[in-house]
Amino acid sequence: MAYPAGFKYTKDHEWIELSGDSGKVGITDYAQQQLGDVVYVELPEIGARLKQGQSFGTIESVKAVSELYSPVTGEVVQVNSTLKDKPETVNKDPHGSWMVVLKLTNPGEAGALLDATQYQDLVK
Amino acid sequence: MEQATDATLKKTPLNARHRASGARMVPFGGWDMPVEYSGIVAEHTAVRTRAGMFDVSHMGEIEIAGKDALAAVQRISSNDASKLQVGQAQYSGLLTPRGTFVDDLLVYRLGPSHFLLVVNAGNIGKDYAWMAEQIKGVGDAVAVDSSSRYALIALQGPEAVNVLQPLTGIELAAMKYYWFGHGEVANVRATVSRTGYTGEDGFEIFVPPQQADRVWLAILEAGRDAGVIPCGLGARDTLRLEAGMRLHGNDIDETTTAVEADLNWIVGWKKDDFIGAQALREQKASGPKRKIVGFEMLERGIARHGYEAYVGGEKAGTVTSGTQTPHLKKSIGMAYLPVEHTAPGSEFEVDIRGKRARAAVVPMPFYKRAKT
Repeated sequence: MAYPAGFKYTKDHEWIELSGDSGKVGITDYAQQQLGDVVYVELPEIGARLKQGQSFGTIESVKAVSELYSPVTGEVVQVNSTLKDKPETVNKDPHGSWMVVLKLTNPGEAGALLDATQYQDLVK
Repeated sequence: MEQATDATLKKTPLNARHRASGARMVPFGGWDMPVEYSGIVAEHTAVRTRAGMFDVSHMGEIEIAGKDALAAVQRISSNDASKLQVGQAQYSGLLTPRGTFVDDLLVYRLGPSHFLLVVNAGNIGKDYAWMAEQIKGVGDAVAVDSSSRYALIALQGPEAVNVLQPLTGIELAAMKYYWFGHGEVANVRATVSRTGYTGEDGFEIFVPPQQADRVWLAILEAGRDAGVIPCGLGARDTLRLEAGMRLHGNDIDETTTAVEADLNWIVGWKKDDFIGAQALREQKASGPKRKIVGFEMLERGIARHGYEAYVGGEKAGTVTSGTQTPHLKKSIGMAYLPVEHTAPGSEFEVDIRGKRARAAVVPMPFYKRAKT
């Protein structure tokens, strides 16, 4: 699966799709492959304030549980509640399955994240 | 994606096949093993509805032979091996004098004075050393670690018998559960037993390591129309848990007795003496303080190995296994609880990463196949 060129990526295998001063956040195809069949996604409340690198939830597969880390500092303005009932969409469409939308406190932070080519190299 | 190979890990004769087929590999008990091929849910479902094939060559084989082999096996193995006819196998425990588990194992009676013990991969060295030491005084009996002489392939699921039969002259339909026979599979010398670790009908096939790949491919080919797929350790774990089967290192170990593990049925209570007999008889008479239970989560979450169980706000026990079951689609597990809280329906709480979630004791197994 190709990594969208318009996204930014973290070494912890999250992506962020920026649009103005906010961005959708999810996990990468590599991350979902490592996890295997996802059965629970636990997400924060709207309004939660996150620091870059802070855990904002957990994702649990049949065999393992793993933390979700915020790629940037910001405030949760939307939560994708459909993942509660259909967690398996993270496996089927990892780059379409956004988990939260963050309003960035410091938009400059995102510039330092990996681009698609750099991320591809990381997981090769 | 290339997967790195750790040179310190042992490899089964099918390792190259797993890697060439794109299986996801993980270290397990010192071995480089496939954890999943197409995904745990797909593989689990294949075994419950069609059939799946597993490489379990990492399992150890220890043979005990000699004039006094039966007496030697009777001493180290908790179950009563005198009940075995040649061609029959039984589940048993390798116990300490406290009645706790060095390992669990299958005992095959190959001949009147020749036994094959199949043990867990991570315990082979420990088990062999323990057995060799414990049978010293028995008389004419030796233990030999023959693990490297066997590859082991498990074909499990309702279609297993139909898929395997065309490949072998052994009459599978006539083979009873926990019996075995010798012959050929795909023109390779093989021992086939009607055993498994999934709760389904199925077979375990012992073949020489050099021919393992040939047998693996032949079964896949023969099972193509029936939908047979290769499976990894991930599905093996969810399948055995649904079937209520204990996993050594998780649900049973050197701190838990056969009575606490609710495995009285693998203890030969009428046998004269065996390692652990006295401790188990005393515990059975006085009643154990804690016992293993099956449970179902009543609230969202998966209780995993090592999570703590609480009754009335007090720490009461420990979860030993837990998963979201692909077939039953429930969050289930096993835990040790004080006996007074082990009746079906008893509620308790599990600490899931700092949050308490309610669970209830349910009878095991969680899944039982329909009798045909």
